[in-house]
Amino acid sequence: MKPPIEVNSLTRRFGSFVAVDNISFAVERGEIFGFLGANGAGKTTAIRMLCGLLAPSAGRAYVAGYDVKKQADQVKRHIGYMSQRFSLYQDLTVRENIHFYGGIYGLSPKALQAKTTQMLEELDLESSSHTLIRDLPLGWKQKLAFSVAILHDPQIVFLDEPTGGVDPITRRQFWDLIYEAAHRGVTVFVTTHYMDEAEYCDRVSIMVDGRIEALDTPAALKKAYGAGSMDEVFVQLARPAGKTAK
Amino acid sequence: MRTIRFLLFKEFRQIFRNRAILPLIFVVPIVQLIILANAATYEIKGLKLYWVDHDLSASSRLLYSKFEASSYFEITGTGFDKRAGEAALMRDQADILLEVPSNFERDLMREGSAGIQLLANAVDGVKAGLGTAYAQAVIGGMNVQLLSEQRLPALPTAGGRPAKLDITFSNWFNPHLDYKTFMVPGILALLVTLIGSFLSSMNIVREKELGTIEQINVTPIRKYQFIVGKLMPFWIIALFELAFGLVIAKLLYDIPFVGSLWLLFGFAGLYLLVVLGIGLFISTITETQQQAMFVSWFIMMIFVLMSGMFTAIENMPGWAQQITYLNPIRYFIEVIRMVMLKGASFNDIQWHVGVMAGYALVINALAVWNYRKRLS
Amino acid sequence: MKRFSGFVKKEIYHILRDTRTLVILLGIPIVQVLLFGFAITNEINEAKIAILDHSKDEVTRALTQRLLATDYFLLEENLQSQADIARIFQAGQVKEVIVFESGFAGKLQKEQQAHIQLILDATDPNTATTLQNYTAAIVMDFQQELNQQQALPASITTRSRMYYNPELKSVFFFVPGIITIILMLLSAMMTSISITREKELGTMEVLLASPMQPAQIILGKVTPYILLSLLNALIILALSYYVFQVPVKGNLALLIGESVLFIITALSLGILISTVASTQQVALMASLFALMLPTILLSGFIFPIENMPEILQWISHVIPARYFITIVRGMMLKGAGLDILWKESLILVGFTCLFILISVKKFKIRLE
Repeated sequence: MKPPIEVNSLTRRFGSFVAVDNISFAVERGEIFGFLGANGAGKTTAIRMLCGLLAPSAGRAYVAGYDVKKQADQVKRHIGYMSQRFSLYQDLTVRENIHFYGGIYGLSPKALQAKTTQMLEELDLESSSHTLIRDLPLGWKQKLAFSVAILHDPQIVFLDEPTGGVDPITRRQFWDLIYEAAHRGVTVFVTTHYMDEAEYCDRVSIMVDGRIEALDTPAALKKAYGAGSMDEVFVQLARPAGKTAK
Repeated sequence: MRTIRFLLFKEFRQIFRNRAILPLIFVVPIVQLIILANAATYEIKGLKLYWVDHDLSASSRLLYSKFEASSYFEITGTGFDKRAGEAALMRDQADILLEVPSNFERDLMREGSAGIQLLANAVDGVKAGLGTAYAQAVIGGMNVQLLSEQRLPALPTAGGRPAKLDITFSNWFNPHLDYKTFMVPGILALLVTLIGSFLSSMNIVREKELGTIEQINVTPIRKYQFIVGKLMPFWIIALFELAFGLVIAKLLYDIPFVGSLWLLFGFAGLYLLVVLGIGLFISTITETQQQAMFVSWFIMMIFVLMSGMFTAIENMPGWAQQITYLNPIRYFIEVIRMVMLKGASFNDIQWHVGVMAGYALVINALAVWNYRKRLS
Repeated sequence: MKRFSGFVKKEIYHILRDTRTLVILLGIPIVQVLLFGFAITNEINEAKIAILDHSKDEVTRALTQRLLATDYFLLEENLQSQADIARIFQAGQVKEVIVFESGFAGKLQKEQQAHIQLILDATDPNTATTLQNYTAAIVMDFQQELNQQQALPASITTRSRMYYNPELKSVFFFVPGIITIILMLLSAMMTSISITREKELGTMEVLLASPMQPAQIILGKVTPYILLSLLNALIILALSYYVFQVPVKGNLALLIGESVLFIITALSLGILISTVASTQQVALMASLFALMLPTILLSGFIFPIENMPEILQWISHVIPARYFITIVRGMMLKGAGLDILWKESLILVGFTCLFILISVKKFKIRLE
């Protein structure tokens, strides 16, 4: 069976600027894959290609077994996506958001009903199911957004800086949700700026100037760069890039 | 289909939860129908006349009484000094100054002709033109009376009486020349158009501005489903608005509705495809709601002014009339007036239907094409 | 002062960066003046008419010829029967049908009277009345000539003079209104939106936390709009002067002074709206429907106020644009000065003070 994510020499150019430069990697089923890099390193472009939003200039990528260039619609059907910038409609209630997203992924009314009840229970949100999203605390919004992103049981979920601006305790709870999902076999592809979160990942890649400079388990990376924490690894790799950029 | 249904659910929930939109949908039509219908009239009555009489004769007094009796004029000042009258024109206290020269009666009797002068405040050219025409009509009436009373030397005509061309008028479709009958269909057209263009473009741009469109893009929702889901609510709301406006117009003004209701709604549905296409197009070229608002405003302002709603298209120069064929509002205003007031049938408006269908295809294709281009 | 000028610069950058909005802001006045100057007019020109001549003799032919010799009418069709009238009106193009009774010339000869019937498509009452007046005037003229051939008796003749706008151009009438609308749109709408935007984005908090006085902040926000509005007013004046020969008979400096006064009135109204509105959308709606609509409709810009129902005339008294239109028309077209327009000017000053007073009050309540 093919791995859920398989990337071969993926490249994207904008004019003469190369945003993503010939990257290759594969992610296994149930793996939590950390996708790190400084701002502007090309992470967002790479994710957009993997989600079928942006056509690659060269190279191949298969997500859930589908070619992101030719079968973007199939890709979208089999992934979940959540980002920190936005996820849910602020002017809809909790229940209405669940209903909407469940509906557009084609869940049957019965399944939708069951899922909704189960999710509200798990998140302890039953009493707030008729609250508008804008009135929820940020941490709850993020947890709910994650649950909505995997509502349709996707094989893979992409999380783009999912915990920005969230307090440490909620972040902890958020990662519990991620582990749970991974345990059920969902592949998790996550970007983050928090290096302690990088430590939670099974494997981590670090992007610098459009290329993947390092890819391994956090422990192996720390060992390879002689660093005490992922933070140090990241700084070592990303700093030269910062200098050349100037 | 199921996806679109879920999109529609979401849109309607959001629209009806928006505090700014609800008053727009329900209050604006009422206010517009009350204010616009009453304010938008060129009807001219009560022209302010300043009377300068240097003669003070029986004839000049007779003329004065003629003007006094006319419903078009209201004598707001009299005097013996022309300059005082000119000052009144300057201060907007008079629209027309009428000056009777000294020796007016004497000239009329002895020389068979006497002149009077009309000075009009022509800042508003139409008002001045009509005002002087009315004044001449009053004077013409005086002439006829002078003749028939034979206060003047007997007429050496063959038949003894002057020839007379008798004119009668009949005003069809709007016998009392009621301006509301004229304006209300136009206002309804305006309402439908505003809802369709402003709200739909702002609504789509809003998803862009808030970033929610990103999330939609990674879902299996197809572009056409998204567009249909976004536009359909406004199609429905605008048609509802038309129905609501018609009811209000009926209750407030008892505006006649001669033609077929189905025909009007059918055409409105087609027309809205054009307007929504324009809204969609605007949303593809703007990033923020403010921009969308301004661009819509700009386009709509030109369309409305060139639509024949306030000023007749036939009065425009030829090239401008040609341009109005590109203006969708023009077609809708023509059709709504034709159907409501004249009872036009499908055959009468088939040309309009054809043009609108073509327009809808072109503008929507253009908008979708532009939408695609922006995305990649 | 330096701090203040820096702040004004920031505002100017904001405006200049948003090219789309800027193009529209400068484009609207130009397009409006050109539209009103070239395309939109109340004057009747080549209205399509149809003639139903039951008589077809030399008199009706002469009269028809006379009617069609003017620019007012264009013959669309010669009708054959009464039944054609309904058909041709339904088609929507023809606005007037002229019916000559049968035996027209004969009746005129024998009975000294012949009958003409005008049937008008009164869906547009304005066009209908005007057409009716023009037709009647030409027929009267024709009648007078008929009589002249038989030696016309004494009558009163009139000489008319059109003051301030001798050629009766409608652009003369519209230009002052366009200036007013544009100044209102720019000043009130843009300030209210740009201030609420800072509130909505939270940048207002940052500004208020700076050592600048609230009054300075507001002043800094509105200064660029004063300049932009003034620029617009000058563009409109120049365009209407050079393209349409609309004169400025009064004192230009005084006119500009009055414009600045009105801009300040509009700005203070914009500030007032922004103290009430919480989001851009609300500010937009408030500006558009509470401000633009009444300004366009009840200021005398297009529709004369005197003809409106009493209650609307009353409402028009609280619309600042009404006074400014009077001032601009007076100064541009009539050459009036402050000796005549002092009352309107004072009213504008009064409005400004009132708006600022309320805004300051509202602002204080907010801070507490």
